[in-house]
Amino acid sequence: QAAAAEAARLLQEREELAALAAVSGASLTAPAPVIEGTYGLGRVAFDEEIAAWDVDVLPDGRGLPEGRGDVFTGEEVFVDKCASCHGDFAEGVGNWPVLAGGFDTLANRDPVKTVGSYWPYLSTAWDYINRSMPFGEAGTLTPDETYAIVAYLLYSNNMVDDDFELSHENFTEVEMYNADGFVVDDRPELEYAEWRTEPCMENCKESVEITMRATFLDVTPDEDVEAAVSAPATEATPAVAVAEDAGGIDPALIAAGEGAFRQCQTCHQVGEGARNRTGPVLNGVIGQAIGSVGGFRYSGVFEQANAAGEVWTAESLAAFLTDPRGTMSGTKMAFRGVGDEAEVAALIAYLQSFAD
Amino acid sequence: GPDPKITELQDWASYTGVGVDETPYGLPISFESDVVRRNVEWLTASPISSINFTPIHALDGTITPQGCAFERHHSGAIELSKDDYRLMINGLVDRPLIFTYADLERLPRENHVYFCECAANTGMEWAGAQLNGAQFTHGMIHNMEYTGVPLRTLLREAGLDAAGDLADKWVYVEGADASSNGRSIPMEKALDDVLVAFKANGEALRMEHGYPVRLVVPGWEGNMWVKWLRRVQVTDMAVGSREETSKYTDVYENGIARKWTWVMDAKSVITSPSPQMPITHGQGPLVISGLAWSGHGQITRVDVSKDGGITWETARLGKQGDTKALTRFYLDTDWDGSPMLLQSRAIDETGYVQPTKDQLREKRGENAVYHNNCIQTWFVNEEGVAENVEVS
Repeated sequence: QAAAAEAARLLQEREELAALAAVSGASLTAPAPVIEGTYGLGRVAFDEEIAAWDVDVLPDGRGLPEGRGDVFTGEEVFVDKCASCHGDFAEGVGNWPVLAGGFDTLANRDPVKTVGSYWPYLSTAWDYINRSMPFGEAGTLTPDETYAIVAYLLYSNNMVDDDFELSHENFTEVEMYNADGFVVDDRPELEYAEWRTEPCMENCKESVEITMRATFLDVTPDEDVEAAVSAPATEATPAVAVAEDAGGIDPALIAAGEGAFRQCQTCHQVGEGARNRTGPVLNGVIGQAIGSVGGFRYSGVFEQANAAGEVWTAESLAAFLTDPRGTMSGTKMAFRGVGDEAEVAALIAYLQSFAD
Repeated sequence: GPDPKITELQDWASYTGVGVDETPYGLPISFESDVVRRNVEWLTASPISSINFTPIHALDGTITPQGCAFERHHSGAIELSKDDYRLMINGLVDRPLIFTYADLERLPRENHVYFCECAANTGMEWAGAQLNGAQFTHGMIHNMEYTGVPLRTLLREAGLDAAGDLADKWVYVEGADASSNGRSIPMEKALDDVLVAFKANGEALRMEHGYPVRLVVPGWEGNMWVKWLRRVQVTDMAVGSREETSKYTDVYENGIARKWTWVMDAKSVITSPSPQMPITHGQGPLVISGLAWSGHGQITRVDVSKDGGITWETARLGKQGDTKALTRFYLDTDWDGSPMLLQSRAIDETGYVQPTKDQLREKRGENAVYHNNCIQTWFVNEEGVAENVEVS
C-alpha cells in the first residue's frame, strides 16, 4: 500500500518534471527511482542451489568442506592433472604459472611470486584449485583431491614434510610465508597529496634526452593486416563450413566432435592459423607420422615412435585418446583420457575434417 | 593536372551499389579491416587465458564499438543464453534470491557511459619502452554506454538487515565461466554506482564482454567488472580470491605488496600521431588527438607537450568529460616538420595530475605490474614517423 502510494507520488513527480523540461527545453534525467520496500522480483533460493554455487572459502577457513589428502596422493593427482602446465614439481612450463619456490625474491628485481613465496592465504589456493582448476576441466576435483593437491603444493614449497596430510581440521594451522606481506592501497597517502598540485607549464626542465626506445627490443607484433583479420574469421568458422570440405564424414559427428574438442583446446589448436601451444597443432593428424609436427618438443615416447616410422591412424589415435598414459607411457600430455567411445569417434571425425 | 577521380566517370557514380538486405547486421567497410583488436602472443601461455587490445589509435570520439573493444578472459569466452542465465544474491541477506534475465528487465534501469580499463594496461612499460603502438601500450581499455540495474536495487530486494552494520561488509561477485573469476567489493562501492548491466552501446553485450549480464564497477580496475555475473554474496570479510591476492597486487622494492588498489588513477595518451598513426601529410595543420580518463571522476583538463615536457599547452576537450568515462582531447597545431617528443598529461576533478614514469618508479619501484598511469612519450621524426620512447 505504502509502496503503491510512493510509486504514484514518484510518477506524478516525474510527469511534473517532464512538463517542466518540455517548457524549458532542458533534458530530463534522473536516477532510477528509489522505493520503500521491494519490487517482489526474484524468488527465494533453495538450500541446494546455494550449496551448489556458494563454495568460496574465506581466509579464516569458513566454507571448507570436510575432507583430507596427503602429499603422496597429491603428487599423483598433480602429475596427472596439473603437471602439463605447471611442471611435475610445480616449477611451471613455458608461460604457465610457477607454483613453487621463489622464497626471499620478493625484494629482488623480477620477484618470483608463487603459492609459497607470495600468496598470503592458503584458502586462496584451495578455493582457486577447487573452483577453477584443472584448466579446461574446472569443477571436477573432489574435496579430497583438492586437499591432496594443496598438500603437495605445500610440500613442493618445502613448507611441510612428505608425510603431511592436509584436512579441514588442520587447515588453518598452516602458516603462510607471506601472510604479513601486504598493505592496503596507500596511494592516497603516498602519492595523491604530492600529485594534486598545479603542474608546471613552461621551462619545466633544462633539457630532454631520449633514454630508451621500444624499437631496441622489437617485441611489437607485426601489423600484418591479413593476419589480424584472419584470426576472428577462423574463430567464427561454423561447423557446417568445416563439414563442407570434410569429404564424406558425417557432419553431425563432426559437430559433436567440435563440442568434445573444447576439453582439448586448452593445449591444442586446429584449423587455419593454428599454432603449437602446450600441445602440437593437430591439422592433418590422421595419416601423419607420430611426433612429426615441426617446432614442437615431444616427449621421449613420441620421439621413439617417430623414429620407428609409426603413423597416426584412426585406430591408434582412438586408443591414445582413450588411455593416453597407458598407450604412450611417458607422454607429456596430462589428460586422463576420454571414456566414451562415441566421444572418441566424434573427436576423430572432427580432426579428420581439418586437412594438413 | 585535373584529377581523373573527378574528370572521369567512376564506377561508384555509375553502377548501383548493394541493396538494403546485403548485411542484416553490418560490419565496417573493407577499407577499415585493419581497425581490429590485436593480441601480443608472448604475453600469455594460451589465448584462452589472455588479453587483446582495442585499436584506440584508429578510433575517434569516445565510444568504443563493441566489436573492437578489448577482451580479457581467464578461461575463454562462453556462450550463456538469457534463458540459461541465473543470478544468485546470497550470504548475509534477509532472503537469498534467484533472478532470471527477465526479472532484471523489470527493475528500474539507468544509462551511464564508463571506461573499463584493465589494471595491467601499460603494465609492460614499467621497465622501459617496449611496445610500438598506442594499441599495445594503452589498448586494454574501452568505453561504452551501459544499460543496467543498480546493484543496490538487487541488494535491497534481498534485504540487508541481516548484514547489520554495512560499514565493514563486502560483496563477493563471481562469474559463471570456468574461471569463476571472483572479486570482493566493499559494500560502500556496491551501494554507490555499481551496475548490473545487460546492454552496451544500445545493444546486447557481446559474448566476449559477458553476455547476457556483466558487472560494471565505474572507475575501478577491469578485473572487478565480472562477466557472466552469476552470484553476489554479502560477506563480512574480503574473500582473498586468487585475483585479489596473487594477481592485481603490486610488489614494492622492499618486497611488501600493495593490495586492494581498485581505483584507476587519471591517465591519458595521444592516439594520433602515434607509432601506428604516422603523420603522412607533411608540414602544416596537424590535429594532435588523444584520450584521457580518471577513476576519480571527470577529466577537467589535458595538457600536451611537443618537447618532452619542457613546455605544455592546454588541449581542447572534445566535449565536457563524463565522470569515469573517456574524454577526447585535441590540440590543433601547425607542424613545422621538426621532430617532436609528444606527451599528454591528464588532470581530473580532484586536482590529480597524471605523473611521469620516473615519479611512479620513485614511489613504487620497477616490480609493479599494474596501475601504470604514467605520461607516455612518442618521438615523431622529420618524416612524421612516431615511436615509443622514454625521456629524461
